[in-house]
Amino acid sequence: MSLEDLRERVREAAGRGAALRIRGGGSKDFYGNVPRGEVLDTRGCAGIVAYEPTELVLTARCGTALSDLEGILADQGQFLPFEPPHFGPGATLGGCVAAGLSGPRRASGGAVRDAVLGARILDGRGQLLAFGGQVMKNVAGYDVSRLLAGSLGTLGVIVEVSLKLLPRPAAERTRRFEMTQAQALQSLNRWAGQPLPVSASAWRDGALTLRLSGAESAIGAAAQKLGGESMVPEEATRLWSGIREQTDAFFAGDAPLWRLSLPSAAPELSLAGAQLVEWGGALRWLRGDLDAAQVRAAAARAGGHATLFRAKDKSAGAFAPLPPLLARLHRDLKRSFDPAGILNPGRLYPEF
Amino acid sequence: MGSALPPVDLLRQESVSRKLREFLPERAVLWQPEDTRPYECDGLTAYRRVPMVVALPETEAQVQRILKTCHEMEVPVVPRGAGTGLSGGALPPGDGVLLSLAKFMRVLRMDPVARVAVVQPGVRNAAISDVASAFGLYYAPDPSSQIACSIGGNVAENSGGVHCLKYGLTVHNVLRVRGYTIDGEPVEFGSEALDSAGYDLLALAIGSEGLLAVTTEVTVRLLPRPETARVIMASFDDVEKAGDAVAAVIAAGIVPAGLEMMDKPATAAVEQFVHAGYDLEAAAILLCESDGSAAEVEEEIARMKDVLARAGASRIAVSRDESERLRFWSGRKAAFPAVGRISPDYYCMDGTIPKKRLGEMLNFIGAMEKKYGLRCPNVFHAGDGNLHPLILFDANDPEQLKRTEAFAAEVLEKCVAVGGTITGEHGVGVEKIDQMCVQFGAPELEAFHAVKRVFDPKGLLNPGKAVPTLHRCAEFGRMHVRGGQLPHPGLPRF
Repeated sequence: MSLEDLRERVREAAGRGAALRIRGGGSKDFYGNVPRGEVLDTRGCAGIVAYEPTELVLTARCGTALSDLEGILADQGQFLPFEPPHFGPGATLGGCVAAGLSGPRRASGGAVRDAVLGARILDGRGQLLAFGGQVMKNVAGYDVSRLLAGSLGTLGVIVEVSLKLLPRPAAERTRRFEMTQAQALQSLNRWAGQPLPVSASAWRDGALTLRLSGAESAIGAAAQKLGGESMVPEEATRLWSGIREQTDAFFAGDAPLWRLSLPSAAPELSLAGAQLVEWGGALRWLRGDLDAAQVRAAAARAGGHATLFRAKDKSAGAFAPLPPLLARLHRDLKRSFDPAGILNPGRLYPEF
Repeated sequence: MGSALPPVDLLRQESVSRKLREFLPERAVLWQPEDTRPYECDGLTAYRRVPMVVALPETEAQVQRILKTCHEMEVPVVPRGAGTGLSGGALPPGDGVLLSLAKFMRVLRMDPVARVAVVQPGVRNAAISDVASAFGLYYAPDPSSQIACSIGGNVAENSGGVHCLKYGLTVHNVLRVRGYTIDGEPVEFGSEALDSAGYDLLALAIGSEGLLAVTTEVTVRLLPRPETARVIMASFDDVEKAGDAVAAVIAAGIVPAGLEMMDKPATAAVEQFVHAGYDLEAAAILLCESDGSAAEVEEEIARMKDVLARAGASRIAVSRDESERLRFWSGRKAAFPAVGRISPDYYCMDGTIPKKRLGEMLNFIGAMEKKYGLRCPNVFHAGDGNLHPLILFDANDPEQLKRTEAFAAEVLEKCVAVGGTITGEHGVGVEKIDQMCVQFGAPELEAFHAVKRVFDPKGLLNPGKAVPTLHRCAEFGRMHVRGGQLPHPGLPRF
């Protein structure tokens, strides 16, 4: 489906108030609340619009396969700094931005929203709107393009995105340390206060792994300073890919998966179930059949929020409920971009 | 500007100040002209308007009551921080309340373990790093007015600085903003976690120029201070060659901590002023900084030197110590005041363009200098394509002012034409509001107004700024607005 086709489809659906379920490769069908509506397949609207490596900016259409895009960047020694999870072979750029999920590099390289420079969307009336641009500094108008990251397609069909890129680090090395979660949280926060080239961290089962990225000299010196055992490169690559794509053994099986986003220094959670800690302590994964209210209360007490990430039963709601004023702002923003309420209704919150 | 506006409505002024004095101390409500006059403009002094009333609250509860009162009485409110903004974002309402957050000057919490600082909006940008330095930490965004500008203003404008390419803008370094909506409801965007449930309202609030909510508390992310930094100063005999050298540095996989360019007229103006040791023969000079561990910096400096030499640099100098590094930077940081010394007035532009169009843009500016008979030295944040061409003119000559306005408008419109933006870091405010009509179409402007209505249906918070009405775009078309002289002439700015 070309851009013009997508536009016609949205206009037509708006006319009869028919819900549209915006979908690329379907790799994130599991994420958010249960999707509903007629599928609007974005994969036909694909391709790189502009890529000039020396600008560190790429503009591409929503249906572009994330793996193709990453391949093109790799050929130029560049990458997406937020290291997005694909969660399947068909992942597209549009889905990546709509889901707003960032990978292991998030704490050092920033999130999807940090890299978004501009976007073109089809709003719920089928109007093509362009926000932001293709340059790194741009303060003209409200920053609607960053607002789209993580909006799950509820504000518009993201048809084109411009992203900031970074050069790939010259070298990477992974160190492993035996330690408890409490020790790991303490160490991660201490190290983050020092100029060390840590680009990812993961703690589970009594072991902390730390990925160092940067100039050879910098990571060599850091490895020496930090200690721990070095991990064989192939093993390290497997480990980080397993965590990024959730193919690691921790994520196997049917037990519900909770994602808790917390201040990095929040103490270890006293909740039942296996835990995996990422992002220097700021992301805690939790497995188990836990009471949703209890998990959400624990996350809120720690200063963060909990998402029911993967579960057969999402009746507790995928995302933490919002305080009344924020809920109203959400509903009104949704209404201003999509007055007929046809774009991915209920995917983010049941009430819109 | 001010003379065209109706005089202050004395009855309204009396009723609003009386209402505010019911809960504010007498000294916190100003209405007499000699008290309100100092608030008539911000850093963009060409626009002046004496506010009807100035409110100087000291507590969040007072801010809340001021907003509730104004909302009920349907009085416009304009928030103001340090008043250093360059686009007139804090230009007061002649029929409303200027809400100064200047008394909110406390650092509420400094957490070296979690690497965050919770500060009130009136805390100066540089003061955050000063307090954090005891823990080896700092707040990265460094607008060059950082010794005076406040964090609340930085949030409003999404301020940048010279280290943005590597360390990001305000939006990348603020975790949480607490504030009040126009109807006095407390609201929090973001948290000390790295993301929040639902829409990223924090990203929407940052850079919203005070139109969506009034900021009363900001949580910033602190970074460990790099062990060391060194800067290369490279000369080029041709500006396009210097532009190509910038691209070559990026192509080599290097993200410099800072990458700045000055052309010959700008170099000449600052050298006379600060004696930084700049190459006066060069058509352009680049300042290219590396930071990190000593070993890393050595490695990167060597690679950058190599790239710059191959790109045709005619002279390369590397700072040998911290004092030399600061000296190399001193000229760039003093560019605005230095230019202020060679011309009665100057108009500072703030467009951003894709870096590859730099040569074309410089040639265009050169052609405009001839067309309008005005000089225009250039300083750029070359790494991120943010330009600050400075048109020199004499404001006392109305004819020169006219030419300056036309010159600036053509340059801003050229920025849009080459795929860039009219403002990279100074904001739209009142200054660039007509150019918004060039950058955005009616549907986008209407979407911005819709966002505004979600937060402020009555349109009372900082009205008339940042987003033009469609009526204005239709009526004024490409009417060009005038820029202005800066107060605080000693303050370095980019």
